[in-house]
Amino acid sequence: MALFNKLLGRTTMTRPTRIEIDCSTGVESIIELTDAEIAQMEADAQAATARKAEEDAAAEALAALKTSAKAKLVAGTPLTEAEAATLVI
Amino acid sequence: MANTYELISSSTVGSGGVSSITFSSIPQTYTDLLLKLSIRDGDDNQAFLKFNSSTTGYTAIRLQGTGALAQSATDSSTSQGVFGYSVNQNASRTANTFGNAEIYIPNYTGSTAKSFSSDGVEENNATTAYSKLFAGLLTATAAITSITLSSNTTSAIFYQYSTAYLYGIKSS
Repeated sequence: MALFNKLLGRTTMTRPTRIEIDCSTGVESIIELTDAEIAQMEADAQAATARKAEEDAAAEALAALKTSAKAKLVAGTPLTEAEAATLVI
Repeated sequence: MANTYELISSSTVGSGGVSSITFSSIPQTYTDLLLKLSIRDGDDNQAFLKFNSSTTGYTAIRLQGTGALAQSATDSSTSQGVFGYSVNQNASRTANTFGNAEIYIPNYTGSTAKSFSSDGVEENNATTAYSKLFAGLLTATAAITSITLSSNTTSAIFYQYSTAYLYGIKSS
């Protein structure tokens, strides 16, 4: 089909591929992903991206609390419970 | 203590890249397995590890440093297995550099749950440069006969010249 399209001057989308290596023979195959596999990967990727955004936001919030807690300790002003929790292990 | 260390198989990604690499029909003649990866991909997230065709029963704990922050998280099953290693080597990282990772899988032929551990780092000439440790478990008890390493999306492929080496290790 690829050759047929090329002869007609058509351009075709390149499908994502995967490598499979049969360790018993050493034969390596390059296989195109199915539509279902592509859809599933994209769904998993969206979930992973959302997860990473949550993790980054939580880490940044914790860092901000620590910075605020340190500043208040130096200034001798009361800490909030959340700020105190970042200093007590 | 391992006293043998044999290359079972390896793969180097060709032009165009691929979204996953699978080692199938893994021989059952070793004690442990070790994967050594050198990868450049298109994503800044961790990547997936799948044993056999298992899409359930995984849990993993992740510790990571971003270059500025320390973080920890737990991960669970997806259709592509579980987040099991990281190279985080996306397009924003220093050009033509590759992240690397090692994944160790002890007692892969046994009839109990399968554990793994991994460490991975990225190469980046900047403040942000992730390093990550994973410890994980698959509750399935079948011997591991195939391992799939997947990138995070179909567009975040393993680029050309990425490599994966699978070693078998014997304890005696």
